Amino acid sequence: MHTIDTRGLSCPQPLVLLHQAIAENTSDPMDVLVDNQASLENVTRAAEKKGWNVAVRDEGEGVFRLELRR
Amino acid sequence: MVYPLQLFGKEMESMKKNLLATTPGIIVVGAAIGLIAVWLQKLGNPANMGICVACFERDMAGGLGLHRAAIVQYLRPEIMGLVLGSLFAALVTREFKPRGGSAPLVRFVLGMIAAMGALVFLGCPWRAILRLAGGDGNAILGIAGLATGIWVGTLFFKKGYSLGRSNSQSVVSGALFPAIIICLLLLYLLFPQIPGEPKSGPLFYSLTGPGSQHAPFIASLGLAFIIGIIAQRSRFCTMGAFRDLFLFRYAHLFLGLAAMFAAASIANIALGDFKIGFEGQPVAHSNFLWNYLGMVTAGLAFALAGGCPGRQLFMAGEGDSDAGIFALGLLVGAAMAHNLGTASSGAGIGAYGIQATVIGFLVCLLIGFVHSKKA
Repeated sequence: MHTIDTRGLSCPQPLVLLHQAIAENTSDPMDVLVDNQASLENVTRAAEKKGWNVAVRDEGEGVFRLELRR
Repeated sequence: MVYPLQLFGKEMESMKKNLLATTPGIIVVGAAIGLIAVWLQKLGNPANMGICVACFERDMAGGLGLHRAAIVQYLRPEIMGLVLGSLFAALVTREFKPRGGSAPLVRFVLGMIAAMGALVFLGCPWRAILRLAGGDGNAILGIAGLATGIWVGTLFFKKGYSLGRSNSQSVVSGALFPAIIICLLLLYLLFPQIPGEPKSGPLFYSLTGPGSQHAPFIASLGLAFIIGIIAQRSRFCTMGAFRDLFLFRYAHLFLGLAAMFAAASIANIALGDFKIGFEGQPVAHSNFLWNYLGMVTAGLAFALAGGCPGRQLFMAGEGDSDAGIFALGLLVGAAMAHNLGTASSGAGIGAYGIQATVIGFLVCLLIGFVHSKKA
């Protein structure tokens, strides 16, 4: 399982990392860790636009795991 | 727990709760900011300057006596309202999160450079939009410069540019910037303007010039508070508007910026305040080259710092002390711009405006290269 850790990173770095990962991987499941609502919204919006289904899992302490699935 | 997002179609559940973060939402927010800005101009703020974060931080620096340019001294309640509105929204939605520690001094310097570059053009991105919406053709150069600077910034992001991760911090650390803002608000209330007097207690008040033109206190604070709330919810950012367009071909934030321009333009035309031209525009000069280059430097500094001046204030209100440091850099940079003669005026660019623009750009390039890791 490929996990992209964007905790502590500010805009636009979570999206830059997401785009790099999507460019290399078009089908395997991926998780993205985010720790703020703006990143959660941005990553979800971008991933859905690229055709991924996104589920949000609350990991506690303000961290969310976004499960990207094809 | 897992949220079955598919049940809600393409919009995820948390965005269902946060309608302002949708694309229609940010268009509404941008339009509202444009209308409120024109309203503040009608209520007394300088022309094409309903809200300008760079100009108003400069006025605040003057009000505190950090510079002594007599025409730009006023503790702008708009700045306080923007931060406190964001703080309020973040507390209500439980998004207030003390964080920081990502290269603070670099962010302070980027703030200083951003202020000095913006004051060569005479406006932050918000005012560039408001100037264009008022018919000021010089704003085309400023916005072109802004876009160029941000585009240079995206080249660094493609090379892995990062100022490093921030960490969770104490509540005190996150609350300090809003606390400073509340102290400024108390100072304003304790030492209000005395008609015809340039000082009230420790505070300076302009008797002429842009600093003397302001909406009533309650309107300034209240309307900016509303902007602070809706901008925090929507993540409105004028720098991100261009950056996301260049970097990802995403128009989401750009549509907010476009809506702000459209709403302010329509309001200006309706009120008869749309005056097209390059010469004799309010608080502006028509030196094309340095209008452009000043904003190239500012745009690159905004991009490397991760937000336009307005967005930095909103993030500071959410407890982001790195954004707070940037905002303090803006304040000091704006003061230095007047003390060192780098700020422009209606008469043209300042004695050292060229040097400040070029040196600021080179420092930004250095910061960009040093913090870009991957090839």
